Amino acid sequence: MTTSVLKRPSAAEARPRRRGPGVRGRDGIAGWLFTAPVLIILGLFLVLPILMAAWVSVSSWNGLGSPFQDTVKFVGGDNYAALLAKPGLAQTDFGTSLRNNGWYVLLVVPIQTAVSLFLAILVNQRVLAARSAFRTAFYFPSVTSSVAITVIFLFLFSASGTVNAIVQWLGGSGVGWFADTRGVVQQALGAFGVHAPSGSGFLGLTWFDWISGPSPAMLVFVVMAIFTTSGTFMLIYLAALQQIARDIEEATIMDGANAWQRFRYVTLPMLRPTTFTVMTLGLIGTWQIFDQIYVGSKGGPAKTTLTPAFLSYSQSFINNAWGRGAAIAFILFAIIVVFTLVQRVLLAERGSARKAPRRRPGGRRAHG
Amino acid sequence: MQLTRRASIAAAAALAASLTLAACGGGSPSSTGASSSAAADNHQPLTILIGTSGEAETAAVKSAVAAWSKQSGTPATVNVASDLNQQLSQGFSGGSPADLFYVTNDSVATYAGNGSLEPYVDQLKNKDSFYPSLVKAFTVNGKAYAAPKDFSTLELVINTDMWKAAGLGDADVPTTWDQFEAVAKKLTTPQHVGLAVSPQFERLGVFMAQAGGWLTDDAGKAAANSDANVKGLAYAKKLLADGVMKYSSQLGAGWGGEAFGTQKAAMTIEGNWISGAMGKDYKSVNYKVVKLPAGPKGEGTIQYDGGWGMAAQSKNKGGALDLVSYLTQPDQQMGFAKAFGVMPSVQSLADQWKTAFPAQTAFLEGAASSKSIPSVAGISDVIKDFDSQLDALPTTDPKTILDKVQTNLSGLAGLS
Repeated sequence: MTTSVLKRPSAAEARPRRRGPGVRGRDGIAGWLFTAPVLIILGLFLVLPILMAAWVSVSSWNGLGSPFQDTVKFVGGDNYAALLAKPGLAQTDFGTSLRNNGWYVLLVVPIQTAVSLFLAILVNQRVLAARSAFRTAFYFPSVTSSVAITVIFLFLFSASGTVNAIVQWLGGSGVGWFADTRGVVQQALGAFGVHAPSGSGFLGLTWFDWISGPSPAMLVFVVMAIFTTSGTFMLIYLAALQQIARDIEEATIMDGANAWQRFRYVTLPMLRPTTFTVMTLGLIGTWQIFDQIYVGSKGGPAKTTLTPAFLSYSQSFINNAWGRGAAIAFILFAIIVVFTLVQRVLLAERGSARKAPRRRPGGRRAHG
Repeated sequence: MQLTRRASIAAAAALAASLTLAACGGGSPSSTGASSSAAADNHQPLTILIGTSGEAETAAVKSAVAAWSKQSGTPATVNVASDLNQQLSQGFSGGSPADLFYVTNDSVATYAGNGSLEPYVDQLKNKDSFYPSLVKAFTVNGKAYAAPKDFSTLELVINTDMWKAAGLGDADVPTTWDQFEAVAKKLTTPQHVGLAVSPQFERLGVFMAQAGGWLTDDAGKAAANSDANVKGLAYAKKLLADGVMKYSSQLGAGWGGEAFGTQKAAMTIEGNWISGAMGKDYKSVNYKVVKLPAGPKGEGTIQYDGGWGMAAQSKNKGGALDLVSYLTQPDQQMGFAKAFGVMPSVQSLADQWKTAFPAQTAFLEGAASSKSIPSVAGISDVIKDFDSQLDALPTTDPKTILDKVQTNLSGLAGLS
């Protein structure tokens, strides 16, 4: 159908009939040729490894030779069962890593989204002097290697580091706080005389363990994540903010909306798709935290910074339990997909949500 | 058009799949072929992977291997691993591991379990010269998988200036738990604590050994929650509760040696590697090493064992075997000891070593009463979990901790 335009000029000659399909055919070949590099690269380095890992996660491969040789057996869901169903060290470790990472996500994603939006609005002000200097400054941590930043944080938080010097100067209780292995919620409860009760739980951890919160060391990783990633998301928000036409803002000013109302009922709803992007990217990034842990703490002190991604690595490379390591990776994948879907539902554009912004400022004007 | 696209996708998928199969198919026969022709060719180049303690060790190993290489005519390269276990795993799964590498007694079972290690020790000419306890530490299911290269034990390190300042003399060196507690109390001042240790089983476990316990019983079965172990850990808890012992982490130090070197503690429990740290970072601190006190069931300490592992996939096992016997012979080991302070694995060197390092004789004497971590797969995870629980020892019942360790130990094949 689309080729009819191409056909027309040469319709008088005998060639077009041959050429018509020829052009289409050649287009097809050219298309495949142009996409081939990406297809091959994605296939070889993305799809195939995923399929191989899927096989490893249901196999008995122990790290010697190829996972596709005859001696490697299919073990069904054994590796998944060891993590999810069978009480034992593997399950407790996995539960601990989920607990740690869950708190990390819970803290990092909302805060970094809010901070990046705030920064974007700040540097989007037309009246701000030296705007590009600020933009660069806020974005700078994002272009710095996470390993380098982790090392800097190690120095800052070491026993003789700057942070401890400040804590001590302020009369703080010395250097033990950083090595404290209790969660901050647990510490707060402990201050009120509530101590860890024993009892039932989930994945080898008691319910109290689940709510005990991130350890001080994990909180440092939280701060670091917010510091490093806010710049990237600020950039995404900034691009979205600049898409919002000025006339809309002027119209709302004419309608009598104040700055907060303009933000709450106009800017924020218009940024909804961007917020979805930012939060999804944030979720994926935070559930996969690995490099900071690998460089900074290796899961210590006392497993309070152990994360599923790091556990997957250590089970595979250190313990040679490759099947279990791959199974952790797939469970992590499932978690991320589920979280993203839930968030998609929560942030979905509702018909009623669209009307709200118009009604409210208008109503306000009627009153004033 | 639809059809063409689908056909092309199918073709691309088929191409990719066949490529992979070809790659995998190429991999496995070559690795099996290698192991069958192993002993035949003794001149295949060797690679040696080591996890080094520093430049001194790297240089010493490199020059020893170079000397052997010259003598045997087999090229050999020494590579320094930044993360030994990870690089070994990569080598094994990729089918091209280093021929020889360092292994420790807590990781030997993991590699032996999946067939990565060659049980070559029986073929060594000098296999009877090693300490039997070291060979045993590298034995999994009745086969010795690594030739011991050196070992370390934990003993008591004392700051002699603080010792004198507290009014203590040579005769006050503690030999019992009661005496130990008494000197720790005397050495605790507002400036420093009596004893600082790293918060891990591989330090506090000495008290379990001294109380007559260990992770396993004589039959090799899991016995973590035995009365003796509870007693040992309860003693450690008492020292913590009395404030005469503190974890290095409480003092803001990364390990016991750092707390000791920075003079935040008058005593610590560490191995012979501490002499390196003291000589390098804390030159001004005067110290001496004595044996740990005896507990209710006599002396006891923990030993770490290092050995040479050989890859089952090695293309030149004959050459590797020759290199191991060269590196483990007495004069080479004495050279290593002088270069970077390790304790040799052969019994015949004991006296010579004591003469060369008179300040450290306690470490070698500890060998008679020391225990190694059981060599079963998965043990390091159990120990790691034990360590994380020991953090809470001041507020937790020792029996509760040990019960959990027992549950984890019982889950390991070979201990239940």
